[in-house]
Amino acid sequence: MGNSPSLFWSTLRRDLILAFRHKGDMINPLVFFLIAISMIPLGIGAETALLMRIAPGIIWVMALLATLLSLDNLFRSDFDDGSLEQLLIAPYPLFFSVLAKVLVHWLATGLPLTLLAPLLGVMLSLPANAFVALCCSLLIGTAAMSLIGAVGAALTVGLRKGGLLISLIVMPLYVPILIFGANGVQAAAVGQDYTMQLAVLGAGLALALVLAPLAAAGALRVSVNG
Amino acid sequence: MNWQWFHRLGSPRWFYEKTEAWLPWLSLVTLILLLVGGIWGLGFAPTDARQGNSYRIIYIHVPASFLALAGYYIMAISGAIGLIWKMKLPFMVMKAAAPIGAALTFVALITGAIWGKPTWGTWWVWDARITSMLILFFLYLGVIALQQAFQNRDTADKASAILALVGTVNIPIIYKSVDWWFTLHQPATIKFIGKSTIHPSMLYPLFVMLIGFYCFYTLVLLLHTRVEILRRESRTQWVNDLAAGNKLTVSKEGGK
Repeated sequence: MGNSPSLFWSTLRRDLILAFRHKGDMINPLVFFLIAISMIPLGIGAETALLMRIAPGIIWVMALLATLLSLDNLFRSDFDDGSLEQLLIAPYPLFFSVLAKVLVHWLATGLPLTLLAPLLGVMLSLPANAFVALCCSLLIGTAAMSLIGAVGAALTVGLRKGGLLISLIVMPLYVPILIFGANGVQAAAVGQDYTMQLAVLGAGLALALVLAPLAAAGALRVSVNG
Repeated sequence: MNWQWFHRLGSPRWFYEKTEAWLPWLSLVTLILLLVGGIWGLGFAPTDARQGNSYRIIYIHVPASFLALAGYYIMAISGAIGLIWKMKLPFMVMKAAAPIGAALTFVALITGAIWGKPTWGTWWVWDARITSMLILFFLYLGVIALQQAFQNRDTADKASAILALVGTVNIPIIYKSVDWWFTLHQPATIKFIGKSTIHPSMLYPLFVMLIGFYCFYTLVLLLHTRVEILRRESRTQWVNDLAAGNKLTVSKEGGK
């Protein structure tokens, strides 16, 4: 019969199929990202110099908010149809199935956000030498945010109105990622070296990769049984 | 060595009865320490050469900040003990510690703002330590919000314990990254006062206040935990006996 790796791949495959069948869940955070970024010049004025200066921070904050909005979907449908309980009672470590779900979440939101970000960078007149830094930092940062966010999603999955609560409990935990991510892009925009920021983001991702699925698995056991 | 008394403290009833005897002593010690430290610090410690009398808020600001951070760890460790050994009492301590810690963090932020007005000329500065405190405040609010969101008490306890533990892992990282962020974004308008070594005559009252705040924290934590014990054990025989038979003594204790 199956073992942990094959459970990982089957969960991954199933969730990917589900994600592609519910395209709305995938597209809505992207549309939010686009609309929210378009609000910024309308609110503060469209001076190129000003936009250029705040573009890295704005894009990063909006990517963070878009990720937060998508987190509620991470375990919700599995909780509602009971398949989450099946995963919990399966004789395999929950770590791998949680990891597969987070990976699908990242493929469905973090990766598209990263791919959309350069376009928004153009809209906010981000300096040309910052685009690589923007994509690299978002690529690593959104993965770390999906992992940490999974803990929040797992804690609130049993609640009817979990959406806002997830943002409340997860946002403070995103502070280091935001600081190093946005700062890496800022450094690149003024022509400085940004490998240090990327390295710190990578270290954060490695730490989250090991710890977050464990915490999320524990949180799922608590909130599904209760 | 007989450790039975210690293990018995895990029982809410024993804890309630034992702490009843500690409360008067602890209240007395707290009161004396806070009075001595407060009067010494505010009235008799020398005036600072650069900041004048405005520095005296340090006697509240620093102890409150110490305990705001220590309180988070007390909360998280109690939560961990509850999760690991599946005990009832640590969860009650954890629930009691959250609002106290949030209140102390708030006090630290407010006193920091009041101190900032004469020192930096503005109420709010995105200083590294103030920003870290603000995020610590958000972490406390998250734990409290999660605790209140659940109908089921057991789930609420375990869920907020997990969140507190995740926060514990994150706090050093947040502190370090905010520190690093501040060195880059240090606004030019802030006039920093040169690092001066604090004179012993100013330091001793601060020590007294620190110990006083620790005692105060313990006292408040005990009182909150005792209320939580009564609330959760309200269906048990001993609480009903207490409410029926010893009503006078209970209300007297509560009034202190």
